[in-house]
Amino acid sequence: MEIMLAALVGILVAAGAYLMMSGKLLPYLFGLVLLSNAANLVLFASGRLTYAEPPLVPVGEYAPVGEVSNALPQALILTAIVIGFGLLSFALSLVFRAYFELKTTRMDEMREAEPLPKVEKAKARPVAGPEGSV
Amino acid sequence: MLLVWPIAIPLFTAILCLLAFRSFEAQRVLNLAGSLALLAASVVLVARVLDEGPIAAQMGSWPAPFGITLVADILSAAMVLITGIIAVACAIYGLAEVSRTDERSGHHALTQALLGGVCGAFVTGDIFNMYVWFEVMLIASFGLLVVSGGKAALDGAVKYVGLNLIATLAFLAGVGLLYGASGTLNMADLHLTLQGRHDETAVYAAAALLMFAFGTKAAMFPAFFWLPAAYHTPSVTTSALFSALLTKVGVYALIRVFTLVFDTTEPAIQNTLLYGAALTMVVGVLGAAAQMHVRRILSFHIISQIGYMILGLAIYTPLGLVGAIFYLFHHIIVKANLFLIAGVIRKSTGSEDLYVIGGLWKRKPWLGVLFLIPALSLAGIPPLSGFWAKLLIIIASLEEERYFIAFVAVAVGLLTVFSMIKIWMEAFWKAHPAGDDAAATPAPALLYIPIISLAAMTVFIGLYAAPFVDAALESADQVLNPQAYIAAVTAASEAAAEALDLGPQEAIPTLVEPIEAPTVPEEQLNGLEAEGEAE
Amino acid sequence: MNSVILSTATRFLTPLILIISIFVLLRGHNEPGGGFIGGLLGAIAFALIEKARGVAEARRAMRFDPLSIAGFGLACCLFGGLWGAAVYGDFLRGVWPLYDEYGLPVGSILLFDIGVYLAVVGTVCAILFSLEDAGHDVAGRED
Repeated sequence: MEIMLAALVGILVAAGAYLMMSGKLLPYLFGLVLLSNAANLVLFASGRLTYAEPPLVPVGEYAPVGEVSNALPQALILTAIVIGFGLLSFALSLVFRAYFELKTTRMDEMREAEPLPKVEKAKARPVAGPEGSV
Repeated sequence: MLLVWPIAIPLFTAILCLLAFRSFEAQRVLNLAGSLALLAASVVLVARVLDEGPIAAQMGSWPAPFGITLVADILSAAMVLITGIIAVACAIYGLAEVSRTDERSGHHALTQALLGGVCGAFVTGDIFNMYVWFEVMLIASFGLLVVSGGKAALDGAVKYVGLNLIATLAFLAGVGLLYGASGTLNMADLHLTLQGRHDETAVYAAAALLMFAFGTKAAMFPAFFWLPAAYHTPSVTTSALFSALLTKVGVYALIRVFTLVFDTTEPAIQNTLLYGAALTMVVGVLGAAAQMHVRRILSFHIISQIGYMILGLAIYTPLGLVGAIFYLFHHIIVKANLFLIAGVIRKSTGSEDLYVIGGLWKRKPWLGVLFLIPALSLAGIPPLSGFWAKLLIIIASLEEERYFIAFVAVAVGLLTVFSMIKIWMEAFWKAHPAGDDAAATPAPALLYIPIISLAAMTVFIGLYAAPFVDAALESADQVLNPQAYIAAVTAASEAAAEALDLGPQEAIPTLVEPIEAPTVPEEQLNGLEAEGEAE
Repeated sequence: MNSVILSTATRFLTPLILIISIFVLLRGHNEPGGGFIGGLLGAIAFALIEKARGVAEARRAMRFDPLSIAGFGLACCLFGGLWGAAVYGDFLRGVWPLYDEYGLPVGSILLFDIGVYLAVVGTVCAILFSLEDAGHDVAGRED
């Protein structure tokens, strides 16, 4: 089973990387989602896959009875999913804002923070105004 | 409890700022008060650690390796202290600099949340917990970047967010592999469990992923592009805070993990760090030479300076680490100061574009002196603090007979002088294109308080370097020989197990025994490595 | 969205989802459930109002600013942790003041979980509402 999971992680990373190299923001974001799922699966596989019971403590006991699955990776994945959810929803709203402010989602056309040298010189001549928009 | 304060104070202040969102005055006061409280708590922590050696605590009394450990040795405690200093400096500066728009969007709450995340990453002894603090820090920094909502800020933030998220995912996958290989996430326990297993495939893979993750956070070559894209876009206060703390958390994580968990004497790891550091220095300084915008020059210089710190770690001798740790402190003070001065230049002349400003020397000579102190310190001119930092690293690399690396370090220092002189010539020395009166816009006196204080610290560290080098020496000794660190964690863990009083049938696992995943048969335990070999 | 079916259904679905979310929150004490899942369910209730009747209506239904709710939730978490520190000297240590005498599992852990619940409801709603607001802003400007 672990080998299948490893292969799945590989496929997810490959697909994610392909999407991220498209040069557009939205596919980049989808690529990040796939990568994030791949990372979570790595965490999941690191706890080993078993057919055991869920790790719940019965009433009156101090520890789970019998064979149970490893609870720690599940807790880690839950944390990672929560954090990933927050980060990706932030990234989505950022992309959304950026699209309407900059009128593009192509990364090559987003030169607002780092203008090309030619643009910079053209900007340098008129003295007034701290940040002239191009 | 001492270890909890550096995390609890900023987070509590952040919450109060959130709840007081209607009153900007209250938020400013809270921000300053929270930063001062953080500084006080960190001073107590440093005093205690210098006095007693590393201290540790288990959260909620859950014994290690299951519970979360907070642990502070000299390196962690000193990093928390410097975070407190920068927090206070930026809070004072921010009183006069941060715009209403930023404050309305939650500048103060986000700043404090950022500080909480940074301090959490410094004091945690658990690698997954470190991931969580990195995320707290990251999401707060995302927020701080976009609070102004300008076009450039959004553009920079997109690149910052996009590249940092990849690093985050690499961090997570690396932690997963590490857990799969060792069954533990406590860094002290990892040190014991991984002893003699450093050539296993899974450990190598985890090391590679974590090096990429921390390297990206630290803006190491080749994963530094997020930094120059974003650092000059927010308010100057935020820029200074970022420049001082964010990349340094990455460097701290590299130093911590690549001494405690992984074995940096492995040639693959050491060479990657070494040549990565050299390329980082060169690329950063050349990038700075091509810029004509004050904060963008300084942003590229962060990258080149990060190279020195990683170089100190990569040499992996006691002297090298002393250099790296000393460099870390010197750099935080100096770089934050330079960004703050860039803010005053902007206020005085109306721009940071070196083509269109000038004439500051005639109108504000004192600002020129205040600029020269950190600028020359950054370049490594004696007797300022940067000289000692660079000297230690170069001596360490010469002792290891890495002559080429030492040459690169010296050459990069010279190029740093070139960039600093460029700012000096263009902003201060040459006449203002629109007449010198254009450079005379008065800046609020409040802005000068943190600048003067930080400059005084640079001069002080430069002139009385011995005690600081001694502290760095002791700290490097603790980092390279982590017995005291591990003993502190073990003691805290045992105390916690006693306090928790689990049922009689519950055997408390000790740190020294490698912990196995509960239900896994022996032959599956090395499944991950087997997969790696099968490929 | 302008659907009579949706806005009528929202009227009784919202309280139902909120009750289930609180049930899940409390169930989390010893069984699957807890603050995060409960919080997501709670956020769904407000998301439903937002979809059916618009952001303004959803904000009114929440009564408080979503970020204030999140801040209050974080404060609950922090105090849940500090409670253990005050009683036993260990941050985040569980305290059960009513358990021995009355058998009620009410204490610092529950406070922490309620804090998580509020923080999740607040944050998710804040993100959702601001996304919706941004969409309307931009749509308004485009026209």
